[in-house]
Amino acid sequence: MSTGILLQIAQTLIAILLAPLLMGWVNQCRAWLQGRSAPPLTQPYRTLKKLFHKDAVIAHRASPLFRFAPYMIFSCMVLAAGLVPTVANDLPFSPAADVIALVGVFALARVFLALAAMDIGTAFGSLGARREMLVSFLAEPALLMVLFTASFISQSTELPVIVDTLAHREFAIYPSLAFAAVAFWMVSTAENARIPVDNPTTHLELTMIHEAMILEYSARHLALIEWAVALKLYVYSALGIALFVPWGIAPQGDLAALPLAILALLAKLAAGGAALSLLEAVFAKLRLFRAPEFLGTAFLLGVLGMLIHFLLEV
Amino acid sequence: MFVLAGFDTHFLDLAWAGVLLWLLLGFSALLAQRSKNVLLRLIFPLGGGVALCMAAIGLASLAASPATLALPIGLPDLPFHLRLDALSAFFLLLLGSASFGVTVYATGYFRSMKPAPLALLGLWYHLFLAGMAMVMLADDAYAFMVAWEVMALSSYFLVTTDHDVPEIRRAGFLYLLIAHVGAVSLLLAFGVMQGGNGDFSFATMRQAEMTPYWASVTFLLALFGFGAKAGLVPLHVWLPEAHPAAPSPVSALMSGIMLKTAIYGLLRVTFDLLDVQLGWWGTLALALGLITALYGVIFAAVQSDMKRLLAWSSIENIGILVAAFGLTLIFYTDGKGALAALTLTAMLYHAINHAFFKSLLFVGTGSVLHATGERRMGKLGGLIRFMPWTAWLTLIGVLAIAGLPPLNGFISEWLLLQAFLLTPGLTQPYLNMVIPVAAAAVALAAALAAYVMVKFFGVIFLGQPRAQALEHAHEASWPERLGMLWLAAGCLLLGLFPVQMIATIAPVVRLLTGQALINAGNWLLIAPLAAERASYAPLLFLAVVLTVLLLSFIWVRRVYHGRVRRADPWDCGYPEQDARMQDSAEGFGQPIRHIFAAFMRVERETPDPFDRHPRYRGDSRDKLWLLLYQPIARLAGWLSDQAARLQHGRIQWYLMYSFATLVFLLVFVSR
Repeated sequence: MSTGILLQIAQTLIAILLAPLLMGWVNQCRAWLQGRSAPPLTQPYRTLKKLFHKDAVIAHRASPLFRFAPYMIFSCMVLAAGLVPTVANDLPFSPAADVIALVGVFALARVFLALAAMDIGTAFGSLGARREMLVSFLAEPALLMVLFTASFISQSTELPVIVDTLAHREFAIYPSLAFAAVAFWMVSTAENARIPVDNPTTHLELTMIHEAMILEYSARHLALIEWAVALKLYVYSALGIALFVPWGIAPQGDLAALPLAILALLAKLAAGGAALSLLEAVFAKLRLFRAPEFLGTAFLLGVLGMLIHFLLEV
Repeated sequence: MFVLAGFDTHFLDLAWAGVLLWLLLGFSALLAQRSKNVLLRLIFPLGGGVALCMAAIGLASLAASPATLALPIGLPDLPFHLRLDALSAFFLLLLGSASFGVTVYATGYFRSMKPAPLALLGLWYHLFLAGMAMVMLADDAYAFMVAWEVMALSSYFLVTTDHDVPEIRRAGFLYLLIAHVGAVSLLLAFGVMQGGNGDFSFATMRQAEMTPYWASVTFLLALFGFGAKAGLVPLHVWLPEAHPAAPSPVSALMSGIMLKTAIYGLLRVTFDLLDVQLGWWGTLALALGLITALYGVIFAAVQSDMKRLLAWSSIENIGILVAAFGLTLIFYTDGKGALAALTLTAMLYHAINHAFFKSLLFVGTGSVLHATGERRMGKLGGLIRFMPWTAWLTLIGVLAIAGLPPLNGFISEWLLLQAFLLTPGLTQPYLNMVIPVAAAAVALAAALAAYVMVKFFGVIFLGQPRAQALEHAHEASWPERLGMLWLAAGCLLLGLFPVQMIATIAPVVRLLTGQALINAGNWLLIAPLAAERASYAPLLFLAVVLTVLLLSFIWVRRVYHGRVRRADPWDCGYPEQDARMQDSAEGFGQPIRHIFAAFMRVERETPDPFDRHPRYRGDSRDKLWLLLYQPIARLAGWLSDQAARLQHGRIQWYLMYSFATLVFLLVFVSR
């Protein structure tokens, strides 16, 4: 049990520490694909350090909610990172919340971010909050559909059980999971504010979604939010790994498999990050009202995946 | 055993005494017309005390065996029968616990009313509570209908408290009309159930054996009648008119509790009084419920009046309850007792959750209304700085209704989604396909609810005040705060202790479906059916979030610093920022209006670009009102015009009518 708790803490700490690195890697790949010279891998850490050292500048009319929200968002993402198995499976904290609760954690963080964005009362803040909620009201059910497909296959909504079932069944292409994988990619671009739904590097007022919400944040608050964003990308990647390429995660109590599991994780994250930046490079940013269509497609693909599971695989 | 039986009857006696006390308090309010102090310091608090006792009676009698009582009142040879079983007890608990908070709040809220109208309001308020309690206790159709009418009429008078406003009179009329169309349908349902033997007691109805045909007729009549009270689409049109028209504590009672009496009635008739249940009833209820949920939440997103927004959100929640009811029926008729128990648990849990968070939100809007005199969200904003208590307590309700962990709304949503996920293996293959799609609809409704609630809280409490006068908004009074605290605490506790709550409602579930939900977890962990299927531990969840929150806060302060500089907002460097640059309520709902334009008729007034004081108005109307209700209204008008031709005031014609009738009857008799 105590090794379990240690492993749990270690896995969460790895997530917290590794998340900015993943961000750096994605940025580096994108820079290469765009033919620019890339910033160093450690650039996100330097940015965080710089931000933590600065004095926070807060608008006069900010309420306590505004200062509370970054801590809340960060905590939610840490909790999510503790839930998704990355290195070892079936850790002691995992029964506390299943995949539906995981979606709930993301929603909790998002609602706090949207509320904080509306707190100052600027044009961009409420614009960002409105767009974020618009994107999420379609992305969240689509994500649930993807997770439901996996739950129907494994007869469980517990992530360890899902990972265990998916990793140990006969290797074949499952059409339901193929649909789910496409839907999952579409949802994760939307939820992580990536192209084609949002652009993380833009500050152009007509296209901002996520950036518009955090315009008023500075210094340590901004650092916490940026870190939470990196963690979110990490958790989504880990979730994708757990659902679609779960091989290599160490089963419960198998300490000997851990070094290999860490190497497998690093390799998968590197490949996933490169794929993400490649997809970002070949797509253009969608107009805002195209985003609901894009996500509606994701939602339908998720539902189709679930139905195909019933039609073909039961 | 005898002692226990005697003890059980005591609970029913006590509950009946509570109803009597409420009636007594109501009528004594009339006697205290002159003194506001007596009304607010004595009668309303006593009513609250009775509510708390009712909750205690409900809680204590949940596990007790059913008790019955015949009251020697009513018509000769037709006494009122009362019965207190687990189902009644659960709804009494819901009524008592939520109405306690609302009544405590009301003692502060009504302080600015004049004594005479307040006395009248006190009468209807307590009659309303007594009527709802009687509906839950009634054990014959006669007592049920009397209580149902007391509830409907007293709430009509509560809705029309501000009867000098024409719109409120109109809303009241619409409410009264649809309530009575529903009541007629219920009367017919009871008529079918008594099967011609003239005995209207529920005990006889339980014994009666019905053919599936007549059982279906009864079910459809009951669904129509209770659906009219609950606001099921397309019978929902009165709800967004009537609920906002009432004073806020009354809106809270109506949305939080009165709608649940319809759910109670549906459960009572379908699972208790009818001896057969058919699977297609469940499919019908599931479809109607999902349509209602989506329809309600879409319209909630485009509202610009804060109380109408909440009323539409109540329609959404009723839809989810009815969908859960339908799913329970599907599982139950398919012989999947354990799943039926899970779904019914989710439904009852959601019923009590909704009672708490919707009451909390409605009384929250009441305090805002008191402080600012404004219901339109487009004129509010920034209130979190002037009314922190109201804002933070409302935030708890907002997070709860948006279905976010670790609050209570999440639990019922989680249980319901689990039920959907456990579907495979139903005997009817088409259901296996339909139900996952239904799960998608529930997920969509829940996600949209978060949109609605961010809009609700963000526009009212956050940002810059949209009017100068808001700077002087005053905080809610202490009784108001206490009432809100009680309701918010309910949301929190129901969210943190699901295992205990599920054990509490287990007797109800066992009574209706024959078995209770099995919890494979422990006191901390809920795991319906089996631990490896799904589990959730809200306390652990909250503990981790709080620990990380605290650790990160301390870490940031220790390793770095906590320095803060205040400045003007940045906003991409735009120099002039005034309150008009924020999203208005219409603006925040615009994407939803854009996407779901097919369901609504939009009327817009957009200002001229050079207007110095521009006004923007966007009104999204329910298309069903135009497509369904207006033709019915026109038809009714046309029919009454035709009937009016008979009356033109000439005595000879009236004599002719009498003569013709007489001849007709004579022919009829002599044949």
